[in-house]
Amino acid sequence: MAVLEILKYPDERLKQEATEVLRFDDELQAFIDALEETMEAGPGGVGIAAPQVGRFERIVIVDCSKTRKPVPNHGRLFLINPEITRWEGMAVGREGCMSVPDYTGNVIRAESIDMQAYDRNGELREYTFEGFEARAVQHECDHLDGLLFLDRLVSRRNDLFRRKVYQKKG
Amino acid sequence: MSHWFMMTVVGKDRPGIVAHLSHALYEGGCNLGEASMMRLGGNFTIMLMVQSDKSVHQLEQLVAPVTESMGLRLHVDRIDGGLHRHQEPDVRVTVYGADRAGIVARVTGALAEAGLHILDMTTDVGGDEESPIYIMLIEGEAAEGVEALQSALDIVVREDGVDARLESIQTLLG
Repeated sequence: MAVLEILKYPDERLKQEATEVLRFDDELQAFIDALEETMEAGPGGVGIAAPQVGRFERIVIVDCSKTRKPVPNHGRLFLINPEITRWEGMAVGREGCMSVPDYTGNVIRAESIDMQAYDRNGELREYTFEGFEARAVQHECDHLDGLLFLDRLVSRRNDLFRRKVYQKKG
Repeated sequence: MSHWFMMTVVGKDRPGIVAHLSHALYEGGCNLGEASMMRLGGNFTIMLMVQSDKSVHQLEQLVAPVTESMGLRLHVDRIDGGLHRHQEPDVRVTVYGADRAGIVARVTGALAEAGLHILDMTTDVGGDEESPIYIMLIEGEAAEGVEALQSALDIVVREDGVDARLESIQTLLG
């Protein structure tokens, strides 16, 4: 299976809304394999969304099991037609994107989310994601709605006052 | 043959500085790169990468009508630099405390010794005239690891009575 080409902003297609997956057939499995391979071929990304390779269906892969600093994670996730059912907390974190090379910026995301999504076999599952993994899931799911992290950038100068956890002096 | 220049512009803040300056540069065939522009102490300050085939002198002449009419000081250097040279910070340090002489030297000195390469830093003074507070936001690379920086920072906090927070930055690439 070949590595797929990653669309890069300003490609207009990245702004397109993706449609629901209807059939969990062999063709879908082959596509997911290719999407996975594309993610692994990239520069250390923790996730990929189908629209990033020009397929406008609600499919994302997230894998936070190999981060530089270990974070709580569910291993490799195949999230099809994902729905966030609960948001909680806010945190600023730095993000970049394979579709936006050579730029990173700060983005506010929910710290904890609940999600319902189908797995690659069409089974409905429920998850609770926290912290970095919750951020990765939100980043990838944004692609399904035609949103990039560029749409959510916040100023660095407000950083001090925008955190939920206000740590006591060390 | 076009080159990169660093254009520094400083003067009393007023509306329209960026618009007028960038218009003159555009009309003169220049390309703009990365920039930092902000109001500091009632002055507006600009550090701007400009790409052009002109000389330093020609660039100064190009924007002189704007800087002179708006009361701005101008400085242009040809630089050895270019775009797409970002370095990713892996640590963020926030320090704040009652304002007094020496905080920046003390904090950055201790952090530099512990391996910090500062990539981005902004400082501000808040509070009021009677009791100003000093705030530093630093992002950088921890060449000797985050733990070394935390130890250095802990000493500064203990000895100098400032508040500080250090967080490692794990940039999400999605």
